[in-house]
Amino acid sequence: MAGDIFVSLAFRSVRLHLLRSLLAALGIVIGVVAITTLGIMGANLTLSITAQLSSSGNVIMISPYSGGGRGFGGGGGAEGTNLNITQSQLQEIERVVGANQVIPIYSSSDRITVGPNVGRASILGLKPDTVQDILVVTDGTFLKGGDGALVGPTLAADFSLKVGSRIKLGTDSNSTKSVRVVGILQSAGFGGGLSTDRAIVVTDTWYTANYGESGQYQSVNVIASDISQIGTIENNTAKALNRNAKLPAVRISDSGQFLNTISTTIGSLTSFVTMLGAISLVVAAVSIFNVMIMSVSERVKEIGILRSIGTRKSEIRKMFLYEAIIIGFIGAFIGAVLSIVSGYLTVIAIVGNTAYFFTPASMIYIPQGMVIGIATCVLSGVYPAWRAADLDPIEALRAE
Amino acid sequence: MSDGPVISLADVTKVYHMLAEDVVALDHVSLDIAHGDFIAIMGPSGSGKSTLLNQIGCLDKPTSGDVLINGRSIRQMNDNELTDMRRDTIGYIFQTFNLIPLLTAYENVEYPIILRDKTRAEREKILGLLQTVGIDEALAHHTPSELSGGQQQRIAIARALVNNPDILLCDEPTGNLDSKTGTQIMEMLRTFNEQGKTIIMVTHDTRIAGYAQRTITIQDGRIR
Repeated sequence: MAGDIFVSLAFRSVRLHLLRSLLAALGIVIGVVAITTLGIMGANLTLSITAQLSSSGNVIMISPYSGGGRGFGGGGGAEGTNLNITQSQLQEIERVVGANQVIPIYSSSDRITVGPNVGRASILGLKPDTVQDILVVTDGTFLKGGDGALVGPTLAADFSLKVGSRIKLGTDSNSTKSVRVVGILQSAGFGGGLSTDRAIVVTDTWYTANYGESGQYQSVNVIASDISQIGTIENNTAKALNRNAKLPAVRISDSGQFLNTISTTIGSLTSFVTMLGAISLVVAAVSIFNVMIMSVSERVKEIGILRSIGTRKSEIRKMFLYEAIIIGFIGAFIGAVLSIVSGYLTVIAIVGNTAYFFTPASMIYIPQGMVIGIATCVLSGVYPAWRAADLDPIEALRAE
Repeated sequence: MSDGPVISLADVTKVYHMLAEDVVALDHVSLDIAHGDFIAIMGPSGSGKSTLLNQIGCLDKPTSGDVLINGRSIRQMNDNELTDMRRDTIGYIFQTFNLIPLLTAYENVEYPIILRDKTRAEREKILGLLQTVGIDEALAHHTPSELSGGQQQRIAIARALVNNPDILLCDEPTGNLDSKTGTQIMEMLRTFNEQGKTIIMVTHDTRIAGYAQRTITIQDGRIR
């Protein structure tokens, strides 16, 4: 193809009215930068929050269903009134989840006394080997047995607990129940589906020896080895344990649901903000429309000449559409380059973490912004181009 | 092929519907133009001579009657066919030259070839044609605004000729030129007529009309 003459005419027209064309392109630049930057910001926000939360995303929490059934007096015996997870329910869970790790948890809360200080803390009873799998000790050792205990960092700070400290448990001041701190836990924050920051973690044998309720767990956590299996595991568990849909025995939840809620919220916030950015594209579209209409009305005579010496309507249309596309390309390209800069700065300012900036999920907004920018140009060029092509050649020739 | 008339108007009427009344621009005009004719159309302003030229030039369709170009009825044609007819069979020469301001002289002449062949023309062909109308290579790379009226009209003639049309339509071709340049242009048109081009020229200058073999006077939309 010998360099399409209509592309060449379009280029010359842009060059001839350079300032006007560049102003129109500037509108596209601003529009593209706005939607791209906001898109990148949203993506980075979502990615970094998701990464912070998804460390706990593979935990399924099963707790006894307490809604309605509790305190029903004579109604006892039905599945739904159970306050604990029984040994047989635990076995059922272990059966349906297969190879995924099952962590039965004893928990309660009790008054604690450390020297002169008195307070409350939650007591978690876990198998010593599971403790090693799910918790991290920053100081001291893991549970070995006996009256050794791990304490959460917040609790340790509040009561000035160190390895070797002794904690008395129970309301009775003569109580003989006490544990010795063998390790301080790393802050878990939200992780693990287990709140350990203000807790005392003891072995399950010590727990049942001191609090009884052997085989009556307050909750059971299942750690899915494959995060995509969570739905299946939850369904299987529900099928096995909640046979009576009206009176379910257990409540099943996972941190993924929470994660989804957060992602959805960020997503809709991002779309809202991006919509605001899109307004600048609408403004740009109006400006390009105006430039194209001016270009058409200034060139009526030329269109008449072109038509009279044998240029088809479709070719006139092409010429004006090319002009819009050229303006769009210039604007979109400059916009894309500026978006990388402004996107990076925005991510630093708002997300504070650029680790995800160059990931595909974030970079995709650049070509996307360019395409939207160019499409805006083409759309606003369609009507002027159509109008130019539809001029009566005789009338157009008469224009001056 | 040169037996039948190259242009044949059969009972052509053209009515413009205006707000106040209908204006009859052409009133049952019939006319045959043979291959190689050189015809001047004269008449006062508003007599319908431009309308007649537009019918022959496939820029407009008659309200009734028909125009045949090389035996083909323009009433049967759609817009694309009319456009292609203007491109391939007709060369238009205007009073105001009407070169494309964005293109150089060379590109203006090359343009109809690109339209027809969808490819660039041979350089020699364009430069040769420009040479024929008296434009040298140095001038060929100027844009119309940098050239004189006479030079522009020469380029416009080269453009009209480049696709080797059967018919040249000239609308007051010397109207914007001084008499010396006008004479040169008319001599040039006479040469092309002698080489076999059919020329139809609108003018109101009797001296210019003298170059034609036949003069048709039109008044109130009728040939007198």
